[in-house]
Amino acid sequence: MKKLNRNQVKNASTYILVTAAFLILQVLSTQGKLNSTTKGFLVPACAYIVLAVSLNLLVGICGELSLGHAGFMGIGAFTGIVVTSLLAEAVPNGVLRLVMGMVAGGVLAGVVGFLIGIPVLRLRGDYLAIVTLAFGEIMKNVFGNLYLGVDENGLHATIKSEGLTLAEGGKMIISGPRGATGITKLSTFAVGFVLILLTLFVVQNLINSKEGRAIKAVRDNRIAAESVGINVTAFRMKAFVVSAFLAGMAGALYAMNYGSITASKFNFNTSINILVFVVLGGMGNILGSIISATVLYILPEAMRGLQDYRMILYAVVLILVMLFTWSPKMKDIISVVTDKVRGVFRKNEKEAASHE
Amino acid sequence: MNEYSKKILKVPTVTFVREQDQGKQPVLDVRNLGIDFGGLTAVDGFNITIGPTEISGLIGPNGAGKTTIFNLLTGVYQPTRGSVLVNGIDIKGMPVHKVNKLGIARTFQNIRLFTDMSVLDNVKVGMHNDIKCSFFESVLHLPGYYKAEKRANQKAMELLDFMGLAEFADTKAGSLPYGVQRRLEIVRALATNPSVILLDEPAAGMNPSETTELMHQIRRIRDTFHVAIFLIEHDMNLVMNVCEAIAVVNYGRIIAKGTPDEIRTNPAVIEAYLGKEEGDANAEG
Amino acid sequence: MKIIQYLINGISIGSVYAVIALGYTMVYGIAKMLNFAHGDIIMVGAYISFCVTNYLGLPVVVSILAAMAVCTVLGMLIEALAYKPLRGTPSLAVLITAIGVSYFLQNAAQLIWSSSPKNYTSVVTFQPLRLVGGQLVITGEVIVTIIASIVIMVGLTWFTGKTRTGKAMRAVSEDREAAELMGISVNKTISTTFAIGSALAAIAGVLLCSTVPTLQPTTGSMPGIRAFTAAVLGGIGSIPGAMLGGILLGIIETFSKAYLSPQFSDAIVFGVLIVILLVKPAGLLGKQVQEKV
Repeated sequence: MKKLNRNQVKNASTYILVTAAFLILQVLSTQGKLNSTTKGFLVPACAYIVLAVSLNLLVGICGELSLGHAGFMGIGAFTGIVVTSLLAEAVPNGVLRLVMGMVAGGVLAGVVGFLIGIPVLRLRGDYLAIVTLAFGEIMKNVFGNLYLGVDENGLHATIKSEGLTLAEGGKMIISGPRGATGITKLSTFAVGFVLILLTLFVVQNLINSKEGRAIKAVRDNRIAAESVGINVTAFRMKAFVVSAFLAGMAGALYAMNYGSITASKFNFNTSINILVFVVLGGMGNILGSIISATVLYILPEAMRGLQDYRMILYAVVLILVMLFTWSPKMKDIISVVTDKVRGVFRKNEKEAASHE
Repeated sequence: MNEYSKKILKVPTVTFVREQDQGKQPVLDVRNLGIDFGGLTAVDGFNITIGPTEISGLIGPNGAGKTTIFNLLTGVYQPTRGSVLVNGIDIKGMPVHKVNKLGIARTFQNIRLFTDMSVLDNVKVGMHNDIKCSFFESVLHLPGYYKAEKRANQKAMELLDFMGLAEFADTKAGSLPYGVQRRLEIVRALATNPSVILLDEPAAGMNPSETTELMHQIRRIRDTFHVAIFLIEHDMNLVMNVCEAIAVVNYGRIIAKGTPDEIRTNPAVIEAYLGKEEGDANAEG
Repeated sequence: MKIIQYLINGISIGSVYAVIALGYTMVYGIAKMLNFAHGDIIMVGAYISFCVTNYLGLPVVVSILAAMAVCTVLGMLIEALAYKPLRGTPSLAVLITAIGVSYFLQNAAQLIWSSSPKNYTSVVTFQPLRLVGGQLVITGEVIVTIIASIVIMVGLTWFTGKTRTGKAMRAVSEDREAAELMGISVNKTISTTFAIGSALAAIAGVLLCSTVPTLQPTTGSMPGIRAFTAAVLGGIGSIPGAMLGGILLGIIETFSKAYLSPQFSDAIVFGVLIVILLVKPAGLLGKQVQEKV
């Protein structure tokens, strides 16, 4: 029972931290105390946090390596854009329209995740990584060549390179390689915050449930887990779909923060960036993902002053952090050093005590 | 292969049935089971029926194919020939987890516990399919989830208590002594609510007093939970004392079947274990 | 006739992928890691040869050797500093570190050589072959590339089959502990693997930029990903597999660009990969390993 309480405390503190941060930033923002650059960070940071936490569910907790997370982000983004665009007259309320777009994006991403999952989730570790990488590239390719528009005759879409010709008064929503333009910026920090809360709720509950136990068991010893009746493939699928759903919602939120967006944004580099957030924050560590996503998203921007050297510095820091947190030799050195330091402190205490 | 495959062995056709099991459907009905790995026939012509509360043994020299048979019975390997019926249902083509759901559970020769999880959690994982709570109830932590978890905790503690492991409930499974780990594996298998439990060398590494304790526990498990037990063992003392029926395999084939008394005096069995002719044995001195 | 032209072009770009894939597959098979920085070593190799030819005015052969030398040292250095300390840790950790190395190389290249594309002079000097009355054009680059990759593949197969070091490499890839117990220095073997892989990367860089003459810090990245999928396609860990996968990938890419749809060649190539992995997960020439229960 003691162990359960510690988990509950940790989970609760994550909610509290996130809520506190939101309240502080929201107040500062409405009071005009934040400069425009910082304000511009808020929504994307929310999106990246959700992306990191959802990927952590897959990578950190289930132990599956997915290199195509940005693909689900992209699906959510473009779906959200299309849905909000089509509903512009039917649903005048911006926030409501945004939420509908996000849900649509999430659902479609989840469905695609399910469809991919069926054949792919019976593959082992490294192969899943490669297939998700391939999937991400395919998504980017497809969306980058999709033309979608609406006119008086309804919705039209094509992947032909000549594009679409719409009737008078028609509007192009997605224009192939030029992406989506003329997006109404509906995303707000408040909605982003709610999305984070939802993500935390879903992911943390999943971990602390019989499903979470089963996932841990599968990671610990797959053959034993199967022998006690756990359907490993079904579990990987559930995690995969939930992860994709959340990523889709984040993608929709992200896209509708900008006036225009292209498919090239949702590429392998983005997938890798999110993966780096997860690994540096700690695999399976949800709070860690939140912190690392925020810091690592803002860091390159904050280091702009260093100009050309900032990316190299980022790379070096990344390598050093990985070496220090994972290398067994480093861990040995660190523990030897900390032991010595502790020994010095104890010696001082003893001396101080004996002097009295 | 060798001389054994050339001999036509007379295996008793009458299969042993316990009084209590008379007229009941066998939990395990295996017919002509065989598997080839490439050009190698590892198991051939394996037949056995096990009644709902029978304790049976599977013995044979090392490399005889005993664990392979267990793997065939649980769906880890798909047979090349023959059939396995668990509670009357053919397991052909079924994945391992589905076969377990039909009512067959096992332990492993090299212990396969969830070493990073607590003892209690190991058992709860075994109870996974019995915890009635949907995916949504779990994700949203609805009241149904809490109720189910509470019931699971209770039942898991009862099972641990039965095997004398209640004190270890919160200990990490990987840090337990070897004998306790073996017992935990049995508890976990029991937690899946099976009709028959396959124990793969449960007494391996145990000293004589632990083995005696194990014998009592096996009988208690059968008597309390009304499950059949089918075990692989090398410890003849355990096998002869606790099993009601024994099948002997060598080179993947059954060479004898019967009660402990029949097996003890069976010349084919003695030959399999002790080697060919008296002449050889004498020469080695 | 067009078909043969496309086929030849496909084999040509496929050979470049094959040479890159060989590096990936060797490192994966022996060091059990996916070296994501491999594509960027290719880029470094191209830049070095570029500098030696253009800034030092030395002949082409010298520039190629210089590129191989620099890349070999670079590869071994990276292995010793960034990958070796993480041996035995989950493969994800090493993967992320490799990504860090990849970023580092790309940005260092940007600092040193700036991100504006350089015009790379091909190392091939002879005129293209014109066959069948000018309908079939086989450029010198194509010929050199195909020959080079065949030579490399034959050389590698001989090396791993007949030499002591090569056999040690095979032993380490099959069972590292057993190899160590047999007295094989795992450290040296892995170092050698990286050295060879990186030298091959340098050659690949030269060949790649001779065929596609622009050179930027990001030049190695996409071919690296393609070659990696080629290695998987052929069966990761298998040398002939890397060759087969590379050539197949090049052919599929060229044909899909020519006959199906130039914009969707990415989707088609990766789609084929997914299909193959579903049908034969170990790749075309790979081996399925049965787990002992």
